[in-house]
Amino acid sequence: MSEYLYVGKSIPRTAEVDKVTGRAIYINDLKRPGMLYGKIKYSEYAHARIKHIDTSKAKKLPGVRAVLTGCDIPDVRVGFLKDQTVLKRDKVRQFRDEVAAVAAISPEIAQEACDLIEVEYEELPGVFDPFEAMKEDAPLIHEVDARGRPVSSNILPLPWRFSAGDIEAGRAASAHVVTDTVRTTWVNQCCMGTSGCIAEFDMNNNLTLYNQANVIFWDKRRIMEYFAQIGLKNSKVRIINPVVGGSFGTKLDTDIYEFIAIQLALKTRRPVKILFTREEEFRALPPRQPAVFEIEQGCDKEGHLTFRNVKAVLDNGAYTSWGATTPSVMMMPISSLYRVPNVFFEAKCVYTNNIYCQAMRGYGNPQATFAVEVSMDHLAEEAGIDPAELRLINCNHSGDETPMRLKITSCGLEECIRGVKEKLDWDKKRGKHKGRGVGMASLIHVAGGARVYKSDGHGMMIKVDEHGHVDVMSGGTDQGQGSPTVLAQIIAEALGFRPDDITLTFGDTALGLWDAGTHASRHTFIAGNAALRACEKVKRQILELAVEEIPKLVKHQIKRKKRKDPDFKEPDLDFSLIANPEDLDIKDRIIFCKKDPENPYFRTEVSNVLREALHVGTGQSRVVAAEAFYDPPTEMLDREFKGNLSCTYAFGTTGVEVEVDKKTGEVKILQLYAAHDVGKAINPTLIKGQIYGAGYIGVGYGLTEEMKLEKGKVMNPNFLDYKMLTAKDKIPVTPMIIETDEKDGPFGAKGIGEPGLVPTAPAIANAVYDAVGVWIKDLPITPEKVLQALKEKREKEK
Amino acid sequence: MEKITVSFILNGDEVTAEVPPSWSLLKTLREYFELTGPKEGCGVGECGACTVVIDGKAVNSCIYPVAEVEGKSVLTVEGLAGTDGTLHPLQRAFIENNGVQCGFCTSGMLMSAKALLDENPEPTEDEIRTSLAGNLCRCTGYVQIVESVQKAVKMMKEKS
Repeated sequence: MSEYLYVGKSIPRTAEVDKVTGRAIYINDLKRPGMLYGKIKYSEYAHARIKHIDTSKAKKLPGVRAVLTGCDIPDVRVGFLKDQTVLKRDKVRQFRDEVAAVAAISPEIAQEACDLIEVEYEELPGVFDPFEAMKEDAPLIHEVDARGRPVSSNILPLPWRFSAGDIEAGRAASAHVVTDTVRTTWVNQCCMGTSGCIAEFDMNNNLTLYNQANVIFWDKRRIMEYFAQIGLKNSKVRIINPVVGGSFGTKLDTDIYEFIAIQLALKTRRPVKILFTREEEFRALPPRQPAVFEIEQGCDKEGHLTFRNVKAVLDNGAYTSWGATTPSVMMMPISSLYRVPNVFFEAKCVYTNNIYCQAMRGYGNPQATFAVEVSMDHLAEEAGIDPAELRLINCNHSGDETPMRLKITSCGLEECIRGVKEKLDWDKKRGKHKGRGVGMASLIHVAGGARVYKSDGHGMMIKVDEHGHVDVMSGGTDQGQGSPTVLAQIIAEALGFRPDDITLTFGDTALGLWDAGTHASRHTFIAGNAALRACEKVKRQILELAVEEIPKLVKHQIKRKKRKDPDFKEPDLDFSLIANPEDLDIKDRIIFCKKDPENPYFRTEVSNVLREALHVGTGQSRVVAAEAFYDPPTEMLDREFKGNLSCTYAFGTTGVEVEVDKKTGEVKILQLYAAHDVGKAINPTLIKGQIYGAGYIGVGYGLTEEMKLEKGKVMNPNFLDYKMLTAKDKIPVTPMIIETDEKDGPFGAKGIGEPGLVPTAPAIANAVYDAVGVWIKDLPITPEKVLQALKEKREKEK
Repeated sequence: MEKITVSFILNGDEVTAEVPPSWSLLKTLREYFELTGPKEGCGVGECGACTVVIDGKAVNSCIYPVAEVEGKSVLTVEGLAGTDGTLHPLQRAFIENNGVQCGFCTSGMLMSAKALLDENPEPTEDEIRTSLAGNLCRCTGYVQIVESVQKAVKMMKEKS
């Protein structure tokens, strides 16, 4: 593939130079004239009735411009299941419940006013465990549903049930069966930039919302729906992203604080900014969805998987955001990671008085893959087969259709498993149980879009001006993943320009066409495909103009030369060689004749042609611009949750070598190989950045990160007590890039945003087992848990 | 409101600020001088996004009382590039080696690295990691940040 000028090259992120000079403007830095600052008063109880709210002292505080409670704003339900209101009126169901809000001339005054609001509560018994919450006598978190009908259970009315083949037949065909209980907990996305927005209305009641949404068109729709219910049906909404300080799932749903900012802006007629503190980020932002899995899996004598039977219970927390939809992604590894003919999966989401959850990098995949891959190693041991071998026996391959009806196109899984095995020196190192061990785990993930909405499309508009500047308006968003560089490479390659000529604009509903969001590792694939289609149109327009304008330019040129030099001999030019757009091409901004590429008369800068076509003086001037909308040929999942929802799938394997200190229980990662089928690396350095970053979050998920909740309260809402890895925690990650040249990908590329995180934790768990013979099936794998398991093991062996 | 007057050197210029005594240096930089390069990621000195260099030392400006800066010399990310706009080798290296993703931690990372290189122009990887240990990053896994610092060291060595 060496014919590419830019694709496959590690082009630097020059477009983001503002980020190294302090000039990039994040929501933290953005101010609007006359702007006020909003603060939120949260609940003091996990479950209580609100008896009375006294805002009189807060209202009297100088500098306060508005104080709102649930009684001051329309009683409208919001959220995925419409199970909460913006400000809570009658009851609080979790510590993060928003009971009042203030707008003031400074954040300090707004906070002081919040502290002056007096709320009288009547505490109610709470429930903090989903299994307890499912019991008949458990306190009800919600007494009525969104339509006001009484409910009798804390179990959410969500249909997460997947069945393919025949579990009983699978069980009967099994020579070996294992059963495991696997637990994952809450982790925080830990975006370095905290959450925030500015809501601003114009005099026609049209809203501009500066926020960090990464699905801006759904964000707009949710706010439009809200407006329709609060009497602002005719108001328009524009979402604008400033530079976003990380997302990792947090910006997928419209959060309550955004509706609060809108209400405060409406009330005060001034722009209102709400910016979270780090403590709020931990206490009041929905974290990753925890889950408990019962997984049963079997194989025949030869090691072929016979069935997989999984039941999951998810602690939904008090309300419903995208966390409750993670089972739709859990189905993917459960049904389709390795070839397994008979699959059953059922997930129950249960209301509790804990914090509610939403998306985080990988969605439900890291949770479910942890269950599947720990079970795979257990099964391998039961069957007496090497765990790597068991994976190879059941490896997915190109051309497979999985029980979920995912159509596997390119598939580098076998290469990933074998590659990691070799790098780890697997055969030599495995099975020693002497404090050091190796383990692996693999992944499948969507990598060619994800049709979770009816449109999985992406709109892109490209214009090229007479200076040769290419402006691209993408309907997507950039949260730091590198799209301004990667898409510029794709566009430069397709258009025959240089990456530096290309400026991308993201995250503005007024400037971009619809996009289903920068999520599900879809942006490079979907936006890249839209870019290729838009480039084709733009290039055609340029070359059509060139056919007309180059002969004119040549004539001017000859005229000028003759004027300068009377002896100049007119060259014999065959204009029939450039009579059609097909006769021409563009490389490095220069239009040239394909049949006579070195002919200097037929070589000209694109800008010359565009200038000539614009400044004509006849009423016939023309410009170059085109749009393309790419919606991949995929399917929504049907009622049975089957369908090919992505154009292609990512595969990968993480292999680790660990050392476990038997005295302290500490797990040290000696080597970590992350092999990923990326289709084609558009920018190898940036791909490695995704793999390193995701790998680190994966190690954190595996070893250190955990939000500690006590009766619904987050006990470690700061970086001192919540253990994110630091630069001192050196993890020797080695990315291994496997290229399979995906036929539907832009220049062969697949998505790679989330995959690196997915198999990391189970690979570590399996390596810990190999090292010391204990399986920690409850994330994170802390020294305490390892020591406890070692103690139990010793007692058992006595 | 009661205010104090503080004079110090900011990115090479002699400056004076009149601000409430309760303000941190970070708040003064961001609100009074409108230098929004240093970021507030936690406000309690745990994440390092607010790091600036004071008299050669990397400091969390969010917990640094503004009165303490009197007579000292402060360098923020805005003062890292040359006055003609030439990027510092660290800035170039971060761009070239993908040491930047979302960029929120970048100002702080650069300033911690700057303080390190001023004191120790040829640090080991371990020394780099130690000097960046107070700067949290969620995007990069630190690998390409550490490599960027190493690359800057090389650039600076070649230049001299």
